[in-house]
Amino acid sequence: MSKQINVALIGNPNTGKTSVFNALTGLNQKVGNYPGITVEKKEGICKLPRGVKAHIIDLPGTYSLNASSLDENVVIELLLNKTDKDYPDLAIVVSDVENLKRNLLLFTQIKDLQIPTILVINMSDRMAYKGISLDIDYLEQELNTKIALISTRKNKGIQELKELITHYKELSTESCLNASSIDEAYFDNLRKAFPNQLLYKLWLVITQDVNFGKTDRKTFEAVEDFKTKSKTDLKRLQQKETIKRYQFINETLKKGQTIDLKTAKDLRIKLDRILTHKVWGYLIFGAILLLIFQAIYDWSSIPMDFIDSSFASLSEWVKNTLPEGAFTNLLAEGIISGLGGVVIFIPQIAFLFLFISILEESGYMSRVVFLMDRIMRRFGLSGKSVVPLISGTACAIPAIMATRNIESWKERLITILVTPFTTCSARLPVYLIIIALVIPEGRFFGFISYQALTLMLLYLIGFGAAVGSAWILNKILKFNNKSFFVVEMPNYKLPLFKNVVLTVLEKTKAFVFGAGKIILAISIVLWFLASYGPGDNFNKAESIVTEQFASENLSEDELSQKIESHKLEHSFIGIAGHTIEPAIRPLGYDWKIGIAIVSSFAAREVFVGTLATIYSVGSDEEETIKNRMAGEVNPILGGPLFNFASGISLLLFYAFAMQCMSTLAIVKKETNSWKWPMYQLVIMSAFAYIVALVAYQVLK
Amino acid sequence: MTLADLKRGQQGIIIDVSSIHIPLKLLEMGCLPGNTVELVQVAPFADPMYLNINGSHLAIRKETASHIIIETAHE
Repeated sequence: MSKQINVALIGNPNTGKTSVFNALTGLNQKVGNYPGITVEKKEGICKLPRGVKAHIIDLPGTYSLNASSLDENVVIELLLNKTDKDYPDLAIVVSDVENLKRNLLLFTQIKDLQIPTILVINMSDRMAYKGISLDIDYLEQELNTKIALISTRKNKGIQELKELITHYKELSTESCLNASSIDEAYFDNLRKAFPNQLLYKLWLVITQDVNFGKTDRKTFEAVEDFKTKSKTDLKRLQQKETIKRYQFINETLKKGQTIDLKTAKDLRIKLDRILTHKVWGYLIFGAILLLIFQAIYDWSSIPMDFIDSSFASLSEWVKNTLPEGAFTNLLAEGIISGLGGVVIFIPQIAFLFLFISILEESGYMSRVVFLMDRIMRRFGLSGKSVVPLISGTACAIPAIMATRNIESWKERLITILVTPFTTCSARLPVYLIIIALVIPEGRFFGFISYQALTLMLLYLIGFGAAVGSAWILNKILKFNNKSFFVVEMPNYKLPLFKNVVLTVLEKTKAFVFGAGKIILAISIVLWFLASYGPGDNFNKAESIVTEQFASENLSEDELSQKIESHKLEHSFIGIAGHTIEPAIRPLGYDWKIGIAIVSSFAAREVFVGTLATIYSVGSDEEETIKNRMAGEVNPILGGPLFNFASGISLLLFYAFAMQCMSTLAIVKKETNSWKWPMYQLVIMSAFAYIVALVAYQVLK
Repeated sequence: MTLADLKRGQQGIIIDVSSIHIPLKLLEMGCLPGNTVELVQVAPFADPMYLNINGSHLAIRKETASHIIIETAHE
């Protein structure tokens, strides 16, 4: 018979809690979301001796049971709710050896909930280095617990920990201190009013505004004695509680822990002197950014090209192998290309999160936040917005996923909303072809080319739009939650390979199965709209075109290109292009560009491919499309369609417009509502339209 | 004086923490009366401030620091 023990892993951030989780569960883990919120839920199975299994939940990192963020709320709600299916039989509090004092605060709170608790002291390999020694027996006795001294880095103590988990029923559930002594009278009343409830639970419910079972704060307010405490009084009591707990912890550690400062070595001071330096700090950060850019732009292009060609040949193969028909077309051109459109992002996402997780694991990320906070704050952002904004120049999708560690919801939301303005790599093909068409080839002082300068300006415009709109949003958005900024500056450590790999896998999976589904669905819809059309003009395209060009003696290839082009013009999407033509004519575009804009809503880079199909050039060789585009004539004004005015207008349109359904999908996922992505879509598109309109009308 | 007036490398002892302006989280990280605090490093414009409070290393904004009353160790 196998039974399963529910185990909750709880601890401060940066204690190596996730390493303990990884060490216990290995690859037997899955990451999901808590229902209704975007907080990640990590759970896994750990095999224990004698056929026992433990179901382990890695709860979000928290410094105490007083919640100040959604993540921390999750911890409390689980620990208060005995009817939750995940309610732990056993809590494991993970602490690191250097910050034992601070970690014990959370531990004493968990003990007050009378859940059997094991104290894990991680990073024991650093004890000698830091001159720390511990009297484990004494600490176990004072804290009413069992202690596992482990090192996930050196893989020590994990077996002993598993043994302790197996024997969880022998653990004491007694508190370590009497926290209610901070206000005896108040707690006595509470005990009398609710004799069947655990006192500390009641206290948490009163101060936290969380629900458990049917008891919430309102239940207390109905009882006479509890109306007397105002919010400020309660906060003062919470402070007293914290001080009380620290008194106990200080007493305990005075005997249980000795630190010999003479033998302690500190790498932190030396590294911080350079990495947070006013000049060197920024230079080093710049160099690291350059490396990340290089990886995302350059190195990932190799696997991306491979993915691109593999999916193209797979689609080709399906078309040639399966019997002709609607289903084969759907599979080859809709589903397989749609899947390709999802998979193509994996290299960039994997690279970005590889770097981010290394920077985070090593402790460097906190230094970046420290260096950048002041500058970013002027625009309503946080030091923690730096990474997303920079990643956005590669791709907004991983960038938006990287906003999760911003605690203040307002600062996080602003970061999510403005990130799509930064010039992502999908805009590049569009920029390159239009710049080549409309910007002359000359050079400033025979040195800087006008074309390169234009490209740089477009990057600056993107970044400026992001920062500027952040500034405006900061003025407009009103949120009640008070933002504060406390960043722990953890010790530097060498990243654990296993943790880095698991993070990369997990983030990639989250993208493929989260946003990927929506991208695939919309690609299929767009494919359908481009492949079907109403009426004879579409359905009899072949005979119409053959008749039309009968006298011209075209080769078979040329003819089939003409047919494709005719079909696209009369497909649903072609009709959409014609329909929006009156709206985009003031911007200097015709219906063909209209189709390209509509279809590139899937992803910006589709713009070039669509024009290739419309101009029936058959190949999407850049030179060929460019020549064809250069020859296009404006139907009303005459002269080239792509001139300086319409070119600049188009460039600006792409700089500002929200032309990326994948981004919308990820914003929906991260903000958990369609409201924000829809605002983004409407406002960014309207802004893009107005700017493009003004640019064309002025330059025309 | 307040924590915001501390110079780099200087140490002080926390005397009082104005509870209305200070998040509980900061107290829980060790920012409590009686504890020693050292200013390890400052970012440009002296904001944020990188502190060592009783062995806990953390960074807070100058605005927050100005609500923490301290006394320097050698006066």
